[in-house]
Amino acid sequence: MNSVVCIKQVPDTETLIKIDGSGTGIATDGVKWVMNPYDEFAVEEALKQKEKAGAGTITIISLGPDRAIETIRTALAMGADNGIHIQDADFAAKADPYATASALAAAIKGVADVKAIWCGKQAIDDDAAQVPAILGEMLGLPVITMVVKFEAAGDKAIVTREIEGGQAVIEVPLPAIFSAQKGLNEPRYASLPGIMKAKKKPVDVKTAADLGVGAAAKTAIKNMTLPPARQAGKKIEGDDADVKAAALAKALSEEAKVI
Amino acid sequence: MAGILIVAEVQKGELKKAGYEITSKAKTLGGEISVALVGSGVAGLAGNLAKYGADKIFVVDAPEYANYTTEAYVQAVAAVVAKVSPSIILIAASAQGKDFTPALAARLGVGCLSDVVDLSLEGGKIVAKRPIYAGKAYTMVECLADPQVISVRPNSFMAAEAAGAGAIENVAVTLDAAKIKAVVKSVEVAETKEPDQTEAEIIVSGGRGMKGPEEFGILRELAKALGPTATIGASRAAVDAGWIGHGYQVGQTGKTVSPNLYIACGISGAIQHLAGMGTSKVIVAINKDAEAPIFSKADFGVVDDLFKVVPALTNEVKKIKGA
Ligand SMILES: Cc1cc2nc3c(=O)[nH]c(=O)nc-3n(C[C@H](O)[C@H](O)[C@H](O)COP(=O)(O)OP(=O)(O)OC[C@H]3O[C@@H](n4cnc5c(N)ncnc54)[C@H](O)[C@@H]3O)c2cc1C
Repeated sequence: MNSVVCIKQVPDTETLIKIDGSGTGIATDGVKWVMNPYDEFAVEEALKQKEKAGAGTITIISLGPDRAIETIRTALAMGADNGIHIQDADFAAKADPYATASALAAAIKGVADVKAIWCGKQAIDDDAAQVPAILGEMLGLPVITMVVKFEAAGDKAIVTREIEGGQAVIEVPLPAIFSAQKGLNEPRYASLPGIMKAKKKPVDVKTAADLGVGAAAKTAIKNMTLPPARQAGKKIEGDDADVKAAALAKALSEEAKVI
Repeated sequence: MAGILIVAEVQKGELKKAGYEITSKAKTLGGEISVALVGSGVAGLAGNLAKYGADKIFVVDAPEYANYTTEAYVQAVAAVVAKVSPSIILIAASAQGKDFTPALAARLGVGCLSDVVDLSLEGGKIVAKRPIYAGKAYTMVECLADPQVISVRPNSFMAAEAAGAGAIENVAVTLDAAKIKAVVKSVEVAETKEPDQTEAEIIVSGGRGMKGPEEFGILRELAKALGPTATIGASRAAVDAGWIGHGYQVGQTGKTVSPNLYIACGISGAIQHLAGMGTSKVIVAINKDAEAPIFSKADFGVVDDLFKVVPALTNEVKKIKGA
């Protein structure tokens, strides 16, 4: 069975965020770019399912600027077969989750016989967690988010998804869209031979025009700000732990009034 | 303005607090406030919503909704939307809300703002504030067309009682069965009374300094003493060590929380952890290392062994609470 994995290149989680001159984006100088951590689970699951089935092709799709090719290559080095890089200046400037999903959906339609479409639970940059759901609407496929366990069984899948305070087991016919939650698997590292092979794997570069979509966003960013810096507060002093605990309890109840 | 529709969520037979919070906030924005209440055996809860300002309550009550599935909920809410034609739709960004809000928006052909922490109205349009990069920055965002579909992070607004007209209408929805492809086989939910981390008012969180799984018991004791709105959390180090489930993880790749009080015990304060709890109103750090970065973010810091401080704090809290 063929699968598609949608991945996004995001700033490493250690990155200190700075606002750029436009006031609606972040300054990218000095940023270390990585694959969105949740997308690593998505790639790993597609690889595992392919290994189990002993057949199928895994296509990686990413919308992003030039540098996003590095992240596609990382997924190819992990073992995916080919890539589609949607690269479009117009999208770079104004893609929101809806516009992004429309480009991804158009690219997915061009991949033959897809049974599973994987995404991460959310991208850790815009934290919107919308793309899988919108893809479902655009492609007319069921979407199961927050997947922590996946088993393909013929033309359907039995998946476990995280719900509030527990888990639910869902049966869904394939093709379907899944979003990966932490706990689904342990993503593998790209091996050195994998990295060498990845260089030769095909990556199609497509513009929005190639795909027949426009960057028709449905939301707009007005501005971006940094949260006010948190000041270090009060050290609770005392001769021993008991004295400090009493002083802390007092401060929380009388000063901060939170207990 | 054509009014605001709120989707209230029911869990374990009760309306979730976040539904009251957004109803209260909606009340301050003005206009008629309608609430959609979807579930099985939920009709009896409709009256409570009137107390928080709901003018109309649309109840979709049928056995098909006993188990949540995205598609059935989207169809039910879309049916209420068709009746109300709201200009704004507000949904709590709970696990369930995060799942179906973008699907609903896409079904309606409009955009969606997820997990917002503040809302204001400018000329009939919502301008929403939402954290990005796990709270390392904020954006002010807007929807370009109506209805403006928005999920709101729990604990962002205070629930305040304010009477609404409270007219209740039952809505019968004929589900398009052909579209409902996912079937819930089983649901397992821990029978705990603890609130979810994303909704808790107090979180007592443990990190690598907890040393092992059993020791989380002392955090549970403290949370219990702090009352029913308190729960426990964890750093990724504690989760990865297998001491506690991933559902408890706070941080960039865990839950984003904003309780009134966050007590970090044996947590160093790595950037990925701070990203998940930096918006807590009051932060307490208990750590034996005076140089731990968490202290630079904490409102109150205790440099000491957590195994001594936490039990002592539990006793002090019990004294204050008179228990
Ligand atoms: C992609 C990525 C995503 C990540 N996502 C997350 C995330 O979502 N959440 C998260 O938390 N982390 C996340 N991390 C991990 C993060 O970088 C840190 O490794 C982690 O937060 C450290 O956890 P900790 O503070 O519990 O452990 P440590 O950093 O080991 O700190 C333990 C602390 O306990 C103190 N201590 C030890 N014993 C005692 C005692 N007896 N009494 C008092 N204090 C004591 C020590 O002084 C120390 O400060 C992520 C990392 C990456 C790379």
